[in-house]
Amino acid sequence: MAIKVNKPGLLTTVQDTGRFGEYDIGMPPSGAMDVFSYQVGNYLVGNEDGAAGLEITYFGPELEFTEDAVIAITGAELPPKINGEEAPTWETLAVEAGDVLTFDYLKNGARSYLAVAGGVDVPEFLHSRSTYTLIGLGGHEGRALQEGDELKVGEAGDRSDRVGMAVADEQVPKFGKEAEIRVIIGLASYRLTEESLRTFLDTEWTVTPDANRVGYRYRGGELEFVEREQPAGAGSDPANVVDLGYPVGSIQVPGGVEPIVLLNDAVTGGGYATIGTVISVDRDRLAQTKTNDKTRFRSVDLAEALKAREERRQQMAEIKQALS
Amino acid sequence: MSREAQTELPEARYSYGGDEFVFVELAEGMSLKVNFRAMAITNRLREENLEGVMDICPSNASYMVRVDPDVLHPDDLISRLKEIDEEAGDIAGFELPTRVVDVPVMMEDPWTHEALMRFRDRHQDPDATDLEYSARINGYDNKDDFIAALLGSPWLVTMIGFVPGLPWCYQLVPPEEQVEVPKYVRPRTFTPERAFGFGGGFAVIYSVQGAGGYQLYGLAPAPVLDVKQELKDFEDSIVFPKPGDIFNYRGIDREEFDEIRARVEDKTFEYRTRPFTFHPDRSLEDPHGYNKEILGVLYGD
Repeated sequence: MAIKVNKPGLLTTVQDTGRFGEYDIGMPPSGAMDVFSYQVGNYLVGNEDGAAGLEITYFGPELEFTEDAVIAITGAELPPKINGEEAPTWETLAVEAGDVLTFDYLKNGARSYLAVAGGVDVPEFLHSRSTYTLIGLGGHEGRALQEGDELKVGEAGDRSDRVGMAVADEQVPKFGKEAEIRVIIGLASYRLTEESLRTFLDTEWTVTPDANRVGYRYRGGELEFVEREQPAGAGSDPANVVDLGYPVGSIQVPGGVEPIVLLNDAVTGGGYATIGTVISVDRDRLAQTKTNDKTRFRSVDLAEALKAREERRQQMAEIKQALS
Repeated sequence: MSREAQTELPEARYSYGGDEFVFVELAEGMSLKVNFRAMAITNRLREENLEGVMDICPSNASYMVRVDPDVLHPDDLISRLKEIDEEAGDIAGFELPTRVVDVPVMMEDPWTHEALMRFRDRHQDPDATDLEYSARINGYDNKDDFIAALLGSPWLVTMIGFVPGLPWCYQLVPPEEQVEVPKYVRPRTFTPERAFGFGGGFAVIYSVQGAGGYQLYGLAPAPVLDVKQELKDFEDSIVFPKPGDIFNYRGIDREEFDEIRARVEDKTFEYRTRPFTFHPDRSLEDPHGYNKEILGVLYGD
């Protein structure tokens, strides 16, 4: 069983939950940017958690199945079509040998996930099948899919009984053009003036065209750093600190005008002052924003972040239960 | 002496990096002392094998821990980290079992020269090379004296990251001899793989080709990252440098550069390394004397 790539789309990559335990050698996790949509896809097709699927960005690919398969498409509103006929999302679908999957134009969100029963079977690199786009490792030959690629699919057995299963409407996330992203302020936030920290939280930021798996850049406000004599080793720019580790989801403001949220394929450390971190649950929502969408950052404490995490965990357990 | 080392450092800043990271800034400024403290704490934390700790990342004057908050509450981790700092953060008597490594570098090589000339418009001083500029602002009469200083004393690997395998190195010399340079005004879009660069107070080897803002001085013939793990030094990990390694950057000419490249190509290259137990307090007391001893261990046989 294989998936043939007739057209690759804008950026289609193999992803799973990610590559953990290697941050200390400078290896970011990679993995699905919207974990919720990706995982629910696996639930729908009856895969084990962590089976690899495809992350489809902005503009969909054209894919052909060489054998009968059970699939599901979750995530953004990027309407799928099977042999030209519109097909539902967040629902388990059957495709037959020779069927062609295409996508209509993106309506909302930014990333769709294709789960296939058996999982996409590329070789593991450091215990993960995720593609690390920044330097080209993992996934399918370390890169986004290209025309003519053929992806092996793992053995799935007969899963036809799952066809027609669907995620309840109220569980399906809706992605508008405005997002509120929760952050925990901290790290080197003492480098920003109090007024600038307020500006950061009060500003409606616009996602720039520079928004990808490495990070998202925003425009809309100007932030200032507290004046200081730069400490030893930091370098002379006020945005510089002695090079430090960057958490996934951390926010930095080189030059004061373009906040960057670092994401799954980002650099793991560097010399720019970090001012806070997007909470893990909201990385999913952030990953569904796109160029020109509006974003506000709201400051929360750890307790709220952990509560959101727990609620998400329960929600996913419910969905999984309902689909089992 | 070492008591002082402890009390001189400011209070650490503990901070949440979202719900999945704890970030601890031990000091705003870089010093060997603060890096030793970060290393002592993270080494101890690693030994404890705490459930829920996913990644332990020592950095220059700080460190970061990735935690699974469903298993270990970040506040509980922070409490433990504060205890560890009490117990291990005083570097008196701290010993670091490590290795000392010969790292050949060709300074003023043609490849990084071409790269830096391409991006003069992004540099503080478009009319000088990165070496000429750096020598001047650090008070050296000429670039050769500056190069001699960089190659004259060994370096401590204080952090790994940015991209896989990239080592940040801080020279084992007294504060007044530390070199410091700004990063490019705007980062380059291209840096050759294995370029030897410098930014802030740190020397690096770019492990992969890519963007970068550090001043460019030379090129290393041997890799620090080998994702196919074809060289012997990479049998256990795709990455060669480890925090706490002591690197001696040794200047080489074009002939030796080509010779090492050939050995890398035919997979026979191995770094010259010697095991070494590093005593931070000795390095702080008499850096140059201790460096002689370190280099004796590396090249003595």
